[in-house]
Amino acid sequence: MRADRGWIQPEPWGIRIVPADCWIDPARPVELALVTHGHSDHARGGHGRTLATPPTLAIMGLRYGLDGGGVPVDYGETTSLPGGVRATWLPAGHVLGSAQILLEHAGERVIVTGDFKRRLDPTCVPFLPTRCDILITEATFGLPVFRHPPVEEEIARLLTTRAANPDRCVLAGAYALGKAQRLIAELRLAGYAEPIFLHGAMERMCRLYEGFGIDLGELRLVADVSKADLAGQVVICPPSALTDRWSRRLPDPITAMASGWMRVRQRARQRNVELPLIISDHADWDELTATIAEVDPAETWITHGREEALLRWCELNQRKARALAMVGYEDEDD
Amino acid sequence: MEEFAILLDSLVYTRSRNGKLKLIADYLRSTPDPDRGWALAALTDGLDFPAVKSSTIRNLLTERIDPVLFALSRDYVGDTAETASLLWPEPPDPPAPPSVSEAVEALSAMTRTSVLPELARLLDRLDANGRFALLKLATGAMRIGISARLAKLAFALAFDVAIDDVEEYWHGQTPPYLPLFDWAANGAPPPSAENVPLFRPFMLAHPLEDTIVDMVDYVAEWKWDGIRVQLVNAGGETRLYSRSGDDISGTFPELAAALQIPAVLDGELLVRGSHQGGEEGGAASFNALQQRLGRKAVPKRMLEDYPAFVRLYDLLIVEGEDLRGLSWVQRRALLESFLPRLDPQRFDLSAVIEAASLDELAAIRERARDDAIEGVMLKRRDSPYVAGRRTGLWYKWKRDPLLVDCVLMYAQRGSGKRSSFYSDYTFGCWDGDPDQGAELLPVGKAYFGFTDEELKWLDRYVRNHTVNRFGPVRETDKSLVLEVAFDSVHLSKRHKSGLAMRFPRINRIRTDKPAHEADHIETLKALVRD
Repeated sequence: MRADRGWIQPEPWGIRIVPADCWIDPARPVELALVTHGHSDHARGGHGRTLATPPTLAIMGLRYGLDGGGVPVDYGETTSLPGGVRATWLPAGHVLGSAQILLEHAGERVIVTGDFKRRLDPTCVPFLPTRCDILITEATFGLPVFRHPPVEEEIARLLTTRAANPDRCVLAGAYALGKAQRLIAELRLAGYAEPIFLHGAMERMCRLYEGFGIDLGELRLVADVSKADLAGQVVICPPSALTDRWSRRLPDPITAMASGWMRVRQRARQRNVELPLIISDHADWDELTATIAEVDPAETWITHGREEALLRWCELNQRKARALAMVGYEDEDD
Repeated sequence: MEEFAILLDSLVYTRSRNGKLKLIADYLRSTPDPDRGWALAALTDGLDFPAVKSSTIRNLLTERIDPVLFALSRDYVGDTAETASLLWPEPPDPPAPPSVSEAVEALSAMTRTSVLPELARLLDRLDANGRFALLKLATGAMRIGISARLAKLAFALAFDVAIDDVEEYWHGQTPPYLPLFDWAANGAPPPSAENVPLFRPFMLAHPLEDTIVDMVDYVAEWKWDGIRVQLVNAGGETRLYSRSGDDISGTFPELAAALQIPAVLDGELLVRGSHQGGEEGGAASFNALQQRLGRKAVPKRMLEDYPAFVRLYDLLIVEGEDLRGLSWVQRRALLESFLPRLDPQRFDLSAVIEAASLDELAAIRERARDDAIEGVMLKRRDSPYVAGRRTGLWYKWKRDPLLVDCVLMYAQRGSGKRSSFYSDYTFGCWDGDPDQGAELLPVGKAYFGFTDEELKWLDRYVRNHTVNRFGPVRETDKSLVLEVAFDSVHLSKRHKSGLAMRFPRINRIRTDKPAHEADHIETLKALVRD
């Protein structure tokens, strides 16, 4: 089914803004792309021109190279697009540079949230709730069982486990963009001042964050130290490396994973995780529903995730809503 | 309750046995009575609260949450107790959490009419982990892989007492096991074990390997391929114990009912069936026995199709007299004279093999075609019955394994220490001539038999020869021949090849052999003795 709002058309591979002939987070190369944030399911290379925040463009540049097609836009800055469409990037609180995109056309306001969260995150600007007529939201954790605990509690469990096992190391799997840097920054906020050790694949993104003024403390590479030096330390790697041969160079690691999915025991067990850390960069159920209530749109469209339950919630609360069934946005590791 | 909730949560995520033992032992040491006793009972499924059922939890939740949202959540989480623990609406100012004993008392007092409001009051006092622990405790479905034996080992570890003593004093005790904790933790006299059908640790054998024994000093018996059991009658009650000391009376009710004389018997549990490979009226293959294992309730049909019996090896205690200090010869004589007092449908004697020398015994062992025979046992004629493995007393001499050359097809990552290694291997044989277009069919899966060095080699091989990935499984290019050893092979409807191996292990890596020279399914089929 298509939404016939005329000027805004969701397709399985992106959201099309018809009068401006451009796309938001398209999964295939287009002439003009508006990108919410740097995760690879939303930001892909190969577009003619890409409008995004400076950190998002830097992240995309690091991953694909942009060949000069990047057009930086700051939060709050309004850009005029062809066909009388105005676009404004607003902070989404998901990762560094992440944005919601507010579109205005013929007196109607549409917000595409991209991925977002409402918790404070020391590595990015907090979500800015903004009124609109249509809210196009994600629903990655759109089930009422997903209520993320305070991040301080999860960090405290990590540090307690580390302290109780001086001969082992805590190996935490975390998304290389966003989650890893947030985990490090939260550890620093909790007063952890030891060097934090990184898998090689983490380094460039951490340096990029530092370049944008995010202080991550002393970071060192696993490759530069001996196995014995890692006893009692915290090591961060991409989730895929947790069970990779790479992990054999670590001293009897305690496998941790920082992800909202860790809320469900079976999910954590499937990944062989010993220390599940429920830390997510997505809104949980309470945040999703509170955001819809606060923004109070006339219609809510759901891009991806567990849309069934959120649709049901909208129905119970007399809110008009529909699922867009967009592909490729599923976030298995966050 | 918080400490118990943390223990439960940690047990869920701990895969190693030693890790679990340590977690439980630490908890038992640091928790006061009677909480620790109730917790121990909960871990070993020893508690039952009839008023609380899975449907109770569902009803409780759908009074508070939209049924559609509950159903969607339950589908995703896959466990009612966990779903409820996550969905429970927390009150703004929760009262202090209950202790384990307070929760147990409250749960015991609940009736079908009072359960909804009273369970709600308990849930209101707990956080998500606490609610999960409470609901698991209340419904008695822990499913965290803690056997009674493991719990007893943890108890012994916690208070540095002998596991044999724990086994002996445990029986007849009920939760919260106050006399048991008083004995172990405070040095009080042990609880009395008279007239209680308790488990005595088994006497075990060493592998014979290169040892030479003189048949003048040793007697030979068949080693049957069933499960070793101990049948105990005391104080008017009979219990059947497995080798690990777990009570399996419920799984084999016909055996628990068959012994009415106060005695302790050691033997092999088998099922009858000439059509399953045994001689007329004799023992069937392990495959047949497997139909009966692990059941809590036994359908009548099972009792008829797979009737169980015990082939006796030894007599430990009879009518109050402990025979364990006597020699094997004396005990055997007493066992033989005791046998006529037992139901012949349920008991027979493991025959002694007449062999004058080890060579003669070896020949008899190889000729044995009975599929219920795993090998032979050698027992010193003057050996007393002592717990555990004592050097020089008993030996086991298994029949040489069967060997077949298979081709590696799939590999899967292991768990725990092996989680970065492809250590579980599925292998296959040809369903015809590979040069004429025959295909490989999987015939088994093995995850041991290789050395650490070989594991590293195999892991590297799998990574370099992957043609496909399915989640944690890799499909290889099917170029490597593995010599697989196994104890027996049976017909199986569950496998595409129609065959199932027993105890398959990787015997050798045959890099010298090309894949098309691996064995055919037919070769394997010829080894079936069902």
